[in-house]
Amino acid sequence: MTEPRHDPASDPVDTVAAIIAHDHTAPLGSGPHPDRPPRSQWLDVWDQFKTHKGALWGGIIFVLIVAGVFLGPLVWSIDPTHIDIRARNQGPNLSHPFGTDQLGRDIMARMMAGGQTSVSVGITAMLLALFLGSFVGVTAGFFRRLDGPLMRLTDLFLALPLLPLLLVMMLLFREPLNAAFGPEQGIFILIVCAIGITSWMPTARIVRGDVLALKEREFVLAARSIGTTNTKMITRHILPNVLSPIMVSATLGIATAIITESALSFLGLGFPPDFPTWGRLLFDGTDYLQQYPERVIWPGVAISLTVLSVNYLGDGLRDALDPRIRGR
Amino acid sequence: MLTFTIRRLVLAVPTLLFIALVIFLLLELAPGDPMAQVPLTVPPEVKEKMRLALGLGEPAYIRFWKWIVQFYWIEPQVLFDHIFGTHFAEGKLRVISWQTRSPVMDIVVQRIPQTLWVVGTAYVVAILIALPIGIYSAYRQYSWFDQLGTFVSMVGFSVPPFFSGVLVIVIFSVNLGWFPSIYDTTLKVVDWDSFMLQLQQMIMPVMVLALQITAQISRFMRASMLDNLNQDYVRTARAKGLGEYTVVMLHVLRNSMIPVVTVIALGVPAIFGGAIITEQVFKVNGIGQLLIGAIQANDLPMVQTLAFIFAILIVLFNLIADVLYGILDPRIRYD
Repeated sequence: MTEPRHDPASDPVDTVAAIIAHDHTAPLGSGPHPDRPPRSQWLDVWDQFKTHKGALWGGIIFVLIVAGVFLGPLVWSIDPTHIDIRARNQGPNLSHPFGTDQLGRDIMARMMAGGQTSVSVGITAMLLALFLGSFVGVTAGFFRRLDGPLMRLTDLFLALPLLPLLLVMMLLFREPLNAAFGPEQGIFILIVCAIGITSWMPTARIVRGDVLALKEREFVLAARSIGTTNTKMITRHILPNVLSPIMVSATLGIATAIITESALSFLGLGFPPDFPTWGRLLFDGTDYLQQYPERVIWPGVAISLTVLSVNYLGDGLRDALDPRIRGR
Repeated sequence: MLTFTIRRLVLAVPTLLFIALVIFLLLELAPGDPMAQVPLTVPPEVKEKMRLALGLGEPAYIRFWKWIVQFYWIEPQVLFDHIFGTHFAEGKLRVISWQTRSPVMDIVVQRIPQTLWVVGTAYVVAILIALPIGIYSAYRQYSWFDQLGTFVSMVGFSVPPFFSGVLVIVIFSVNLGWFPSIYDTTLKVVDWDSFMLQLQQMIMPVMVLALQITAQISRFMRASMLDNLNQDYVRTARAKGLGEYTVVMLHVLRNSMIPVVTVIALGVPAIFGGAIITEQVFKVNGIGQLLIGAIQANDLPMVQTLAFIFAILIVLFNLIADVLYGILDPRIRYD
């Protein structure tokens, strides 16, 4: 989505031309001097990433949100569960910048606590989905015999109605997990597993396609001819080369996971009421919509801003990691 | 083409059976007790009888088979009877809801018009908005209009419906007082005034749903137009001296519509799923709200049937998308 730029300083063709032109005038014997230090692939990626302003800002805002949510409580040390009934239903003021709720709990502290849960759920669920998706994708692409069955399985999962199933899973497995791990840990594990198990399919498809293409390349043949084992082949040669689609899926996966978790909390099937997440705060705020609309706005803006920044980040990463776009 | 369609139809049957099995097993393995809502004063032996009355005494595979038979064999007969006035399904046992003790499909049929009205209107509105946006932003790539379109669709992707819905309620219902915040499904359209009321209460849910759909479809339209605008046949058309309108709106647009039409078809079931949240926000009593209510009341036959209806929609529209692709694009021959 970025504008293809033509920057002569970084364009390899121009650079080569310049060196050749330079060499003609230089006396023989003094070899070509590289006028720039050698560049790594990741430096190129970073250069391309920087030109995508939206992605850069997305990255900055996402880091700021994560830092604010996890480091904020060190500065803003009010306990999010502390009930001060005499200070209830306050609007934004100096002692409570976001106001207080119907029990006098400080909304800023609750936003930070809720953000910790929402962001951790998003990142953990994304990691699980990424692991499953990459595993299925690499296995299907690498072992021809497993390709058919695994891809049919992916198709079947894609045909499942995900939101209804998630809701059903929430309803049915809440009690035993609560009993086994305690109410907060149990729900956390349940939500992360539910989101992870229902969102690995796009990653698997993309990774499989890339692995299939890689398998035909010469370096794989070379590696095979010197007797590389399958395990080494996958970990040393295949996985590093499919890293870029996996990274793009990762950013987009965080966004989907955060939205799904908030949706579950909003429908009343997520975390328990005394355990804030952004979706839960939004849900609680809708009861007081007419009197205190700001209680809905804070968590809503937090969710939307996080997802928006992550989406822009993924967009920029996709451009930066694609060598066809990067070269231009 | 016909053999392909038939092959896909045949393949859809095992897919649907597998999904039915997954849904059934999920409910089966779950530890939830349908008797949990029954008061504690009811003695255990009565509870046991109530369980048997619900059909819970049989082994799982018998119940699965019975449900399949009821859903695939008896319910179509009921529909057939309803249309042609015959009596095939008389006296046969249908899928019964535990909540209301009435057939599940009857309740679903009552709820579907509300969902179809809101979701269908939103989909049509979104397509009508998205296509021109996509076409123009591709034609003027990187113009301010394109940048704005990119930003708006990013926002549409990122703002979840439970926030945008609540936000429009705050703005238009609480502050401005233009529209009612709750959708009244008892309203019957008989004259101009009631039509205006219906329109007013539909605007907000349609707006919220349409924002999301527009975001997706306009991106696809733009990408597809961009792919086609650089093709050789476009240069040929221009070189022949055809007007800019003819080139873009006839040559390029018709070719770019091929993938977009399939995306539109693929999006229909997702919309039904996504509308669950929107229905909840605006209190539209469509099938999404029916599902939430059934889940909260532990009404397993209802949950099972509704989840399966969603699955049928997904499989069906996947099939439609594939067939449409083959019909629209003569380069693709499945046979």
